[in-house]
Amino acid sequence: MSTLPWLHPQRVALLEAAMRERILILDGGMGTMLQGHELDEHGFRGERFADGRDNNHTHAHDHPGSCDLKGNNDLLTLTKPEIIRGVHEAYLEAGADLVETNTFNSTRISQADYHLEHLAYELNREGAKLAREACDIYSAKTPAKPRFVIGVLGPTSRTASLSPDVNDPGFRNVTFEELVANYTESAGGLMDGGADLIMVETIFDTLNAKAALFALSELFRARGNRLPVMISGTITDRSGRTLSGQTAEAFYYSVQHIRPLSVGLNCALGAADLRPHVQTLSNIAECFVSTHPNAGLPNAFGEYDETPAQMASVIGGFARDGLLNMVGGCCGTTPAHIKAIAEAVSQCAPRALPSETAQAA
Amino acid sequence: MPRYTRLSGLEPLVITPDLLFVNIGERTNVTGSAQFKKLIKEDRYEEAVEVARQQVANGAQIVDVNMDEGLIDSEAAMTRFLNLIAAEPDIARVPVMVDSSKWTVIEAGLRCLQGKGVVNSISMKEGEEAFLEHARKVQQYGAAVVVMAFDEQGQADTCARKVDICSRAYQLLTEELDFPPEDIIFDPNIFAIGTGIEEHNNYAVDFIEATRELKKRFPLSHISGGVSNVSFSFRGNNTVREAIHSVFLYHAIKAGMDMGIVNAGALMIYDDVPEELRERVEDVVLNRRSDATERLLDIADRYRAKKGEAVVENLAWREKPVQERLAHALVHGIDQFVDGDTEEARQLSTRPLDVIEGPLMAGMNVVGDLFGAGKMFLPQVVKSARVMKKAVAYLLPYIEAEKLRTGDVGKNNGTIIMATVKGDVHDIGKNIVGVVLRCNNFEVIDLGVMVPAQKILDTAREHNADIIGLSGLITPSLEEMSQVAREMQRQDFHIPLLIGGATTSRAHTALKIEPHYKSPTVWVKDASRAVGVAQSLVSKELVDKFMEKIRAEYADIRERHKNRGAAKTLVPLEHARAQRFQCDWANYTPPQPNKPGLTVFDNYDLTELRRYIDWTPFFQAWELAGRYPAILKDDIVGKQATELFADAQAMLDKIIAERWLTARAVIGFWEAVADGDDIELLLPRGARGEAPGMAPALRSEEKDGMRGQPRVKLHHLRQQAEKPVERPDFCLSDFIAPKSANKHDWLGGFAVTAGIGIEEHVARFEAGHDDYSAILLKSLADRLAEAFAERMHERVRREFWGYQPDESLDNESLIDEKYSGIRPAPGYPACPDHTEKTALFELLDAHRNAGIQLTEGFAMYPAAAVSGWYFSHPGSQYFVVGRITREQVEDYAKRKAWTRAEVERWLAPNLDYDPE
Repeated sequence: MSTLPWLHPQRVALLEAAMRERILILDGGMGTMLQGHELDEHGFRGERFADGRDNNHTHAHDHPGSCDLKGNNDLLTLTKPEIIRGVHEAYLEAGADLVETNTFNSTRISQADYHLEHLAYELNREGAKLAREACDIYSAKTPAKPRFVIGVLGPTSRTASLSPDVNDPGFRNVTFEELVANYTESAGGLMDGGADLIMVETIFDTLNAKAALFALSELFRARGNRLPVMISGTITDRSGRTLSGQTAEAFYYSVQHIRPLSVGLNCALGAADLRPHVQTLSNIAECFVSTHPNAGLPNAFGEYDETPAQMASVIGGFARDGLLNMVGGCCGTTPAHIKAIAEAVSQCAPRALPSETAQAA
Repeated sequence: MPRYTRLSGLEPLVITPDLLFVNIGERTNVTGSAQFKKLIKEDRYEEAVEVARQQVANGAQIVDVNMDEGLIDSEAAMTRFLNLIAAEPDIARVPVMVDSSKWTVIEAGLRCLQGKGVVNSISMKEGEEAFLEHARKVQQYGAAVVVMAFDEQGQADTCARKVDICSRAYQLLTEELDFPPEDIIFDPNIFAIGTGIEEHNNYAVDFIEATRELKKRFPLSHISGGVSNVSFSFRGNNTVREAIHSVFLYHAIKAGMDMGIVNAGALMIYDDVPEELRERVEDVVLNRRSDATERLLDIADRYRAKKGEAVVENLAWREKPVQERLAHALVHGIDQFVDGDTEEARQLSTRPLDVIEGPLMAGMNVVGDLFGAGKMFLPQVVKSARVMKKAVAYLLPYIEAEKLRTGDVGKNNGTIIMATVKGDVHDIGKNIVGVVLRCNNFEVIDLGVMVPAQKILDTAREHNADIIGLSGLITPSLEEMSQVAREMQRQDFHIPLLIGGATTSRAHTALKIEPHYKSPTVWVKDASRAVGVAQSLVSKELVDKFMEKIRAEYADIRERHKNRGAAKTLVPLEHARAQRFQCDWANYTPPQPNKPGLTVFDNYDLTELRRYIDWTPFFQAWELAGRYPAILKDDIVGKQATELFADAQAMLDKIIAERWLTARAVIGFWEAVADGDDIELLLPRGARGEAPGMAPALRSEEKDGMRGQPRVKLHHLRQQAEKPVERPDFCLSDFIAPKSANKHDWLGGFAVTAGIGIEEHVARFEAGHDDYSAILLKSLADRLAEAFAERMHERVRREFWGYQPDESLDNESLIDEKYSGIRPAPGYPACPDHTEKTALFELLDAHRNAGIQLTEGFAMYPAAAVSGWYFSHPGSQYFVVGRITREQVEDYAKRKAWTRAEVERWLAPNLDYDPE
C-alpha cells in the first residue's frame, strides 16, 4: 500500500517541504471554542433537525423520538457550519499550518448515541469541506505558508481490547470488523470532502487504531491512491501507558506498519507530563513526531487552567531539545495558546528523521 | 535506527542480536499439549490462561497460541482465549504468535491483538497468489510473519529445497509487497529424526545447514522452528527428548537459528547432558554414523525417568578425575568429599593457589553462568558457595605458607565491603548477596550489622576496596544510606557505592542517594543482579557505558519526580479528618480484656508455633517465586523449593529438639481514648512500680493526668488521599472510642521474638564455612517470629482479650487475615513512624520481659522479632497511610513536640513534597 500514488501529490510535496523546514503548527481544541457560543438544544438542532427528525431524509427510521442532540458537537458541521468554519479560521489566523476536521465523533458507533448513525459519511465529508474552505482562503492569503486539512478519525465510544464487563474479561462490546466498517465509511467521507491527511487520534486502545489503519489501507487500495496518515495516541495517566495498557514504545511498534507520516501523543495530560513519553517516541520513531497536549490537567470543575504562556514555555523546551515536528493543542487550548506555541517554537529546528541523521553521520 | 524486528504486547520486544535466542512458549497449543487441549475442549479457559501465565513466568518472550483441532471451533476458541489473556497484564506484556494452518483462524487471532504479533504461518502451498494475498493482509494487520518452507510441491525436506523455497518467498515478499525483511521469520521445517527410516536421518542436518545459508543470505530475517518435533520418535522418554532438543538447539543456534518454539524453562543445558548420552544424541542429530539411532536406543531406556522422579545421579562421578569431581561437587553443592578432593588436587598442583584459580574457579564460573542464565536458583548457589568456602578454608594454611615463601597473593575480581547500616540489624539479603559475589571471585569483607558510616569507610580504605555495598531493611536505614553517601563524597571517595535491601528502590537511590555522591552509585534489585552490576563496575571496558546508562536512568527518574506535579491529589488535613472512619459509638460496647495489664511468656513452645508458619515469604527470602504449597510442584523452581523445604524441616526438627532458639513474648492491654489523631492510654496506678526502667518520657505525662492516672500519648498519622465520600481517610485512632463517647475502650500491644540464642549457632555455622545453614537458620527464626505473632494474636482474640472466644480459623485463613481486629506494627504502612516503637517497648518493658532491644534506628534485636498494637474494633482494618502533606507533618511535629525537620527525617518516605 505504501507503493500507491498520493491522491494529492502536489499538496504532499508542499507539506513535506514545509516539514523539513520548520516545526508545523496544529490547531487547538474545538470543544472549548464551541462552549463560548452557549448553544442550546435548539441551536444544536438547527433547522434541519428542528422537528425531531432529519428533514433531509424521508426514511421513517431516521432519528426517531426526541433524543437530545445538545452536546453532539460534530452535528454543528451540518447545523451551524459558520461556527465551525469560524473556529478553523481563528486557528489559521493564530498561525496553525494544519487544522483538524470537526469529526472526532463522526462514526456510526459514536453517532448511535444520538440515533444519527446515518449521518456518519455526511458529517465527515462536510467536516472536511468546511476545513478545506477555510484552509484554501488562508493558503491564498499567505502562499508561503500553505495550510492543510487533517481529516480526524476519533477513537469511537467503544474499545476493542477491553471488556466493559468486570465479570467477564473475555467479553467485548465491539468487534474489529465493526470498527473497520465504521472507519472505512468515515474515512471515505473525509477523502471525498478534500482532506489532505488522515489522523487517527486520541488512541486509548491500540486495537481500535489498528482497525482504523486496516480500514485505511483497504480503502486506499480500493481507490487506488492514498493520503498521508498521522497517528496520535493517548497516555491516560502518569503510569505512562495507554488505557489498554501499552507503553509508548510498544504503541509505536503496533502502528508502525502503516508507515505513518507522523506518530505522536495527545490529550489526557498536559505538556509537562507528556514530555517523557514524547521523548520516548522521538528516540525511536522513524517518522515525524507530533504532540498536541491538553492545557494542563482539568481542575475540579473540569476546566483547563494552563495559560498560553505556561504551555508555550513547556513546549518551547520540547522544541529546543529537538523532539518535535508538529505541535498543537487538545482539550482546553484556544487560538491564544496556539499563537503562543507557534511563537515559542518558531526559532527551533524541527526534529531530523533518523534516516536523515544516519545519512548525515 | 538499526533495523531490528520490533514486536509488542503491552511492552516492546526488540529482537537485537544480543538476545541470541528468542524463546516462544509452546504449551498453549492444542496440537502439542494434551493438557491444554483438554482444558480448551472442556471449556476450562481460566485454567488455560494459567498455562499462558506459566509460560511467560518461565521465560517465554512470545506466546504461541494454536487451536487447530477438529472438535474445537478454532476461530471462536482463538478469539476467546486471546481476549482473555489480553486482560492479564503479566501475560499480555509479551507479543502473541497466532498459530494455525487455517487462514480464517489466523485472521480471527489478528483481530484481537493490539500489539504487533507474529503469524505462524503462511506458505506457498497454494501458490504465489494466495501467499501474497495472506502476506499483504498480515502487513495490514500489523504483524510479523513466519514463512514455512512449503510450496506447491510440498514441504521442503532437503537443505537445497528449504533454501530455494525460502529465498523465493523472501523475494516475493520484499519485491511485490515491500514487506520489511526484519518482519520475515523462516521456518525451514524441523522433522523427526531417529525414526528408523533412513531418509529421515539427515533431517536435522538439513535444517541446520539451511539455517546457516538462509541467515547468510537474509541477515535481517530470522529462523525459527518447532523444536519438539525433532525428538518425536522418542516420546515417552522425556530425558532423551530434552537431550535431543538441547543438542539440536546447540548446533542450530550456532548456525543462526534465533527463535524457536520450546517448552520455555524446561530446556536442558547442553553441558548437563550426560556425556555418553550426549555423544549418541549428537551422532543422531548430526547424522554421524549409520547405526546412530540403534546406539541411542540401546541406552535410551537407562535414562527414562520414572514418573515424578528426576534422573538420579549415582556416585559414578566419584570415578572421574579430581578436577571434574570438584566441578561436579560445586555445581551440585555436595560438600561431602570436598576436603579429600581438594587435597588430591593440591598434590597435583605446583601451588595451592592453582587449585583455586584452576578447578575451583572453573566450577564456580559454571555456577555463575547457570545462575546468570536463570538455570540455577539461589539455594543451589548458596550450597555451591559452601563447597567453595570449605575447599578454600582447607587450602588456606597452604596458601599462607606459600605466600610467606614467594609473596604471591593471587588475583580476584575485586574487593567489596558490605555492611548493614547503622541502626539496622537485618542481614539475610546482604549475606546472600555476599555469597553470590564470593562465588564470582570477589573478595567480600562483610562488616555485619549496625555498622557506623566511619567504620565502613575506614575498612574500605584499609583494604583498598573496589566497591562498597550497603544494605538495610527498615525505612530509617534509607536516610542512613544517604548519610554514608554524603560522607563518601566529603571524604573524597571514588569507588562505586551499591545500595540494596527491601525498602530501597531505584527511585529512592536516584532521588536521595545518588545526588550526594559523584562516583558511581547503583541500586541493586536482588542477589541475581549483584554480580552483573559488580562486574560491570570493576571492568574498565564496561564501566563507562554501564554508568552512562544508570546515570541517564536516574536523571530521568529525578526529572520525572520534579515534574510529577501533584501526583495523586491529597486533601487538606481538615478534610481528611472530616472524612474519618465513622462508628456509631453510642451503640457500641468495646470488649473488656480478660487479662488487663502485662502477660509475659518466657519459653514458648516452638512445636506449637511451627504449625503457624507462613512459608511463602520463606521462599521469597531465597528468591524462589511462588506460593506455598504450590511452589513445591512448580515446573521451574519446584525441585529446588522441595529441597530447600526439606532442609528447612530437618533444621526445624533440630532447632526444636536441641533447643537452639528460645521464643519469648510480652503482651499488654491498656485503657484507651482517642484524642483526635492521637490515642491516649490510661495506665493502671503503680504500673511504673513494676517497670523501674520506664523512661522519663512516659513519666512526664503523669503530672497533668486527668484522673491522677499516668497517661501515655501515642501519635498516629492519617491518610490524605482524595477518596469518594463513602471511603474514609483512615487513622488508627479512628478505631478507638473518643472521649466524647464515654466508653471504656482498650488498646493492646505485643512484642515477640523467636531469635533468643541464635548467635551461637550462626557463629558455629560460619566457623564451619557453612553460610547456607547460617542463612537458613536466620530465615527460619524470622518465620518462627512471624508465626509467634500470628499465634499470639489468635490467643489474644480468643483468650487474653477474648472478644472472639469461638473463633476457629485454619492457618491459611490466618495468613489471609480473615480474623476480626488488626495488629499493625510501628514502622509499617498503617503507622509508618518507627520511633513510636519506643513507647510500645516502654509500655511492655520489652527488653526485660522478652529480651528484645531497640537499636538507634528503631530496628529490633534479635532481628527475628515482631511488635505492634492490637485493635479489637470489628471495623478496624489494615491500610496504608501513604503520602502526607507538609500541613500534617507540621501538625504531627506539634503533637510529638518535635521540629518539623525531625518528622521529615523519620517519615521521609511518606512526604508528598521535597523538604528543603
